[in-house]
Amino acid sequence: MNVPLNYLLVLSGVLFTIGVLGVLVRRNAIVIFMSIELMLNSANLALIAFARSFAPAAGALRGQVLVFFVIAVAAAEVAVGLALIVVIFRAKKSIDVDQVSSLKG
Amino acid sequence: MIEPKIILTLVTFAPLLGVLVILFLPRERRNAIRTVALIASLIAFVLSILMLLQFDRTSGDVQMVARANWFQLAGVNIEYFLGVDGLSLLLVLLTTFITSLAILSTWTAIEERVKEFMIFFLLLEIGMVGVFLALDLFLFYVFWEFTLVPMYFLIGIWGGPRRIYAAIKFFLYTMAGSILMLLAILWLGLHFNSFSVPDLIAEGNIPGNIQTWLFLAFAAAFAIKVPMWPLHSWLPDAHVEAPTAGSVILAGVLLKMGTYGFLRFNIPLFPNAAVRFAPWVALLAVIGILYGAAVSYAQKDVKKLVAYSSVSHLGFVMLGLFALNPVGIQGGILQMVNHGLSTGALFLLVGMIYERRHTREMDAFGGLWKIMPVYGALTLIVTLSSMGLPGLNGFVGEFTILLGSFNSEALGSHLFAGFAAAGVILAAIYLLYMFQKLFLGPADKEENKRLKDLNWREIVILVPVLLLILWIGLYPKPFFELMAPSVDKVMAALQAVSVAVR
Amino acid sequence: MLSSEIVGGTGLFSIAPLIIAFPILGLLINLIFGRRSNEKFVGIVASSAIGLAFVVAVAQFVALLGQPAGAAVHVADWITIGEFSVSWSLKVDTLSATMMLMVTGVSALIHIYAIGYMHDDVRFQGDPGRYTRFFVFFNLFVAAMMILVTADNFLMMFVGWEGVGLCSYLLIGFWYEKGADGIGNAVAGKKAFVTNRIGDFGFLIAMFLIFGAVGSLQFDEVFHWAHEHGLANEGVITAITLFLLLGATGKSAQIPLYVWLPDAMAGPTPVSALIHAATMVTAGVYMIARNQALFAVSEFSSSLVAIIGAATALFAATIAVAQFDIKKVLAYSTISQLGYMIAAVGIGAQVAGMFHLLTHAFFKALLFLSAGSVILGIEHGHHHVEHGSSGSAEAFDPNDMRNMGGLRSRMKTTFWVYLIGALALSGVPPFAGFFSKDEILTDAMQENMLVYILLAVAAFFTAFYMGRQILMVFFGKARSETAKHAPENPPIVTVPLILLALGAVIGGGLNFPGLHSLTNWLEHTLHVHVSEFNLQVSLISTCLVLLAIGLAWLLYGRKPMQEGQVDPLRRLLGPLFVGMENKWWVDEIYNAIIIRPYIALAAFLADVVDWRFWHDWFHDTILARSFRAGTHWLSSGFDAHVIDGAVNGLGSLTKEAAARLRLVQTGYVRNYALALFVGVLLILSYFLFV
Repeated sequence: MNVPLNYLLVLSGVLFTIGVLGVLVRRNAIVIFMSIELMLNSANLALIAFARSFAPAAGALRGQVLVFFVIAVAAAEVAVGLALIVVIFRAKKSIDVDQVSSLKG
Repeated sequence: MIEPKIILTLVTFAPLLGVLVILFLPRERRNAIRTVALIASLIAFVLSILMLLQFDRTSGDVQMVARANWFQLAGVNIEYFLGVDGLSLLLVLLTTFITSLAILSTWTAIEERVKEFMIFFLLLEIGMVGVFLALDLFLFYVFWEFTLVPMYFLIGIWGGPRRIYAAIKFFLYTMAGSILMLLAILWLGLHFNSFSVPDLIAEGNIPGNIQTWLFLAFAAAFAIKVPMWPLHSWLPDAHVEAPTAGSVILAGVLLKMGTYGFLRFNIPLFPNAAVRFAPWVALLAVIGILYGAAVSYAQKDVKKLVAYSSVSHLGFVMLGLFALNPVGIQGGILQMVNHGLSTGALFLLVGMIYERRHTREMDAFGGLWKIMPVYGALTLIVTLSSMGLPGLNGFVGEFTILLGSFNSEALGSHLFAGFAAAGVILAAIYLLYMFQKLFLGPADKEENKRLKDLNWREIVILVPVLLLILWIGLYPKPFFELMAPSVDKVMAALQAVSVAVR
Repeated sequence: MLSSEIVGGTGLFSIAPLIIAFPILGLLINLIFGRRSNEKFVGIVASSAIGLAFVVAVAQFVALLGQPAGAAVHVADWITIGEFSVSWSLKVDTLSATMMLMVTGVSALIHIYAIGYMHDDVRFQGDPGRYTRFFVFFNLFVAAMMILVTADNFLMMFVGWEGVGLCSYLLIGFWYEKGADGIGNAVAGKKAFVTNRIGDFGFLIAMFLIFGAVGSLQFDEVFHWAHEHGLANEGVITAITLFLLLGATGKSAQIPLYVWLPDAMAGPTPVSALIHAATMVTAGVYMIARNQALFAVSEFSSSLVAIIGAATALFAATIAVAQFDIKKVLAYSTISQLGYMIAAVGIGAQVAGMFHLLTHAFFKALLFLSAGSVILGIEHGHHHVEHGSSGSAEAFDPNDMRNMGGLRSRMKTTFWVYLIGALALSGVPPFAGFFSKDEILTDAMQENMLVYILLAVAAFFTAFYMGRQILMVFFGKARSETAKHAPENPPIVTVPLILLALGAVIGGGLNFPGLHSLTNWLEHTLHVHVSEFNLQVSLISTCLVLLAIGLAWLLYGRKPMQEGQVDPLRRLLGPLFVGMENKWWVDEIYNAIIIRPYIALAAFLADVVDWRFWHDWFHDTILARSFRAGTHWLSSGFDAHVIDGAVNGLGSLTKEAAARLRLVQTGYVRNYALALFVGVLLILSYFLFV
């Protein structure tokens, strides 16, 4: 079944938008992280879609390789981020990002 | 003799040796310091006598020139340029002579901080001699301003109750005029690409209206120094507050720097302007003569009386210089020397009584001639000299000045000399009044009765002055001969202009 | 006479400079050695110096006999500037030789007199050490007078002119701690000097004018120029002569500058005799006589000279009538007689003027010295009385004639010589004064009637006041204890008097009518005319004199004045007498019009104009204060508010901006994320659409 490229890109866009909105609107830190993951994965989706549409041209595999990079980075970032959230929780007893505003000017 | 190229440098900087030696003497050894200072000034005096002996009386040009490049300013060469001619020779001699006498007079008068005093005094001498010998405008300005600093300290540290005020006033007032002169100097140097005075004179051809401004700028500095009426207000304060030696050197030499400046710079460099302004300068001079004499008469402090008398006397000098003829100018130069001797001696004499009584109010004295006959006799002679009694030096100067200005083409009117001659009447009035208040009448004040007459040191200071007073009065010929060729040279420059102007 | 016509000084002429050198030598010796030696030494040195000078004068006279045109003796150059050249040179001719002889001769006699006089005088006045000083000044005077008289140019004459003025100052104020308020003598000396200086001012201006017109100050050259170009330059010459006249009125005590002479009587009597009677005051007469060539050109000046002389003669004579001080009478008499001389040279009678100058020197010096003898006698008497009695401490004026009287019997020699002097002065024939005065009157009658009348009336007064004086001093009874005990003086005082009296008697022979020796003598130097004896004039004047003497005897001789009695003339003349006694208030007028205003002007200029206005207000208030105010404004007004304001403003601006911007840092991560997102969008749209 050939799913047209557009469908995949639209899906990627929608996912990205949901992710962005999630980052901007939600206050729960974990949910923000999930949204960030969602954005990253939407980017992955777009990358795979393009890789598939340009196959078997040279360089088309680059998209798929890049996806591996993104997954690795996402994982690392989650590890660090969740560690930070644990520390923040211990300090603030809450993971509401609005509570972490001591750098207010 | 001494190599002509270096003798002027030696004369100028000889006191520096004294300064260096004194720097290393401990401050407690006051007599040693005084002796060293005296010896240094005497060395300078002897060197200036040697300079006199080597002087070529037939030449009107500058002699014994010491000339070397110093540095450059905006592409113009500034030189270390010393030279002497008939205009400055007598003044250099006067300076070294008076300085030695003044140092000798401080032996018992200055007891505190003698070391600093002598250093300042010797530095002052360097400045003064430099002023008279400098022939590069920039160098002249340096020496000119340089004399202000030691004098400021001399007045400000060893002076009377209002010394700080007097010192600051002296410094600022003089400097204010000098700044204008500096502008003119810079203009001249940059315009003609040289600061050397003989070259500038030879060059000539400064357009008339610019000459006017330059003349006025130079005149501002010199008129304050002379001091010409009405720029004389700093003088009474400076003289009254200064220590005796300071007053002697101020009246004896520093004031002459002003009149010398007119003669060396204003007249030869700006002849058109000189001819044009001559009547105005003469007017101010005559006012100064009469005003100074009248104001002297009303004084109660004898030093202030003598201070105002300087305004009067130097009015005569200015009148003579701006008669712009040989008789007047030579009279003016001689009178510069005469004033230095007479008024310097008067201040020395006043200092001697001040040392004894610590007051200068004339009311505190009276009948001193009986108590101190030698002092009285010497003061009488000096007073008569100041008054212009024929047979003494003052008369020769005053008469030639009046004769020159009476028949002067540049001044164009007999009235200047006519009014100035009335000054001799006024001079007799205030000087005889001074003599009377101090020496005549009954000696009825207790404090005066036990005063001691002059001691040997004081007589030794005064005798050379008196000898000169008599010599110049009776036989001034050698003095006039020294000046004549240089004055003729100045006249030559003026003649060319006068023909064009009139 | 052109200078080329005068031979240079040879033979006896060449010793002429010694006439100045000897007195100077005398004064130097006394100055250096005087204090250590005794009075005798000092006196002898001083008198010998003058004596030697007299010998030199005689030598010049002898030389002139052989060479009447005279000679010029050059001593040294003095001033040479371009065309202006004067030298120390002596001009020996008949005119200057006349003065030389008279001055040194009379001076020698007075020096000798002074040896005795000053011995006593100094003893009375205190401080014997002053004896030396007196003779030093006295010799200096003669030296200066000789310079004046022998000068061959105006400038050298001026040296002597002011030199005698200086000696006059020193000698008038000789007792400088005595006089009114202890300072009166010194003030009198100062008055003399300053008044003379006014005259000197005139002399100076005259010299400048002369040099401007002629180009030289030498007498011969100037007079030659006057002869050649005189008429063409009458204006300048008039100016010159008027200023010379001013000089003469100062030195010779004429109107308006005579006021110093009466005050000069404060000096010792030998000074009054020598300086203020015989020699210094005649310098003006000599000067005008010498300048005949100039005065002859200007009618106006000559007339003015004559009028001033005559007017002074009369004016001073009236004052002399009412004076009570024996010396003051003589002082005003001197002024009056000088008026005669000045009038004479003014009307062109140089010989008459010089003649009277010579005779006057004799009898006036005689009178002064005799008066000195009287005063000494009175002082001796006073001393005697003071020691004898309990000594009342009232101020005793030894000069006051009211304290005298009847001295004829006690001081015989003095009386006789005084009488001779008085008769000579009054112009009683055959004494010297008669001939000289009459010659003047004769010439005046011919030249200028007004002058004649003034002089004739003055002659009347002269005889009157001398008669009054003689009668008051020597006749009648002694009006005070002192006068009763006044002794005669020793020979050293009286012998010179006798010698002078001799001169007063035979002095007429100098220019006896018919012989005209002086006329012939002076002819070699000046333009002279022979003045024939005029019987009419002589009769008139003799009658006047006798009338006056008779009147004096009526008032003072018949009923001599008693002690404490009022002067009879006071009752007769009333306010006129008061005027005469008060010298017509001339001194007071001068004081009010000139002296006090000048003092006030000087004080005003010094305190108000120069100090408070110019020094304090202008410099300190205006300049300094405005400078300080300016800098104050600059620093606190301008600098603090504007400059600092700008700089601080920058700072606060930054702070404001920062405060505003700070608000962006909300501290909320979501806001930051939003900002990031918006930024990315902007950049992407820029790249995609621009």
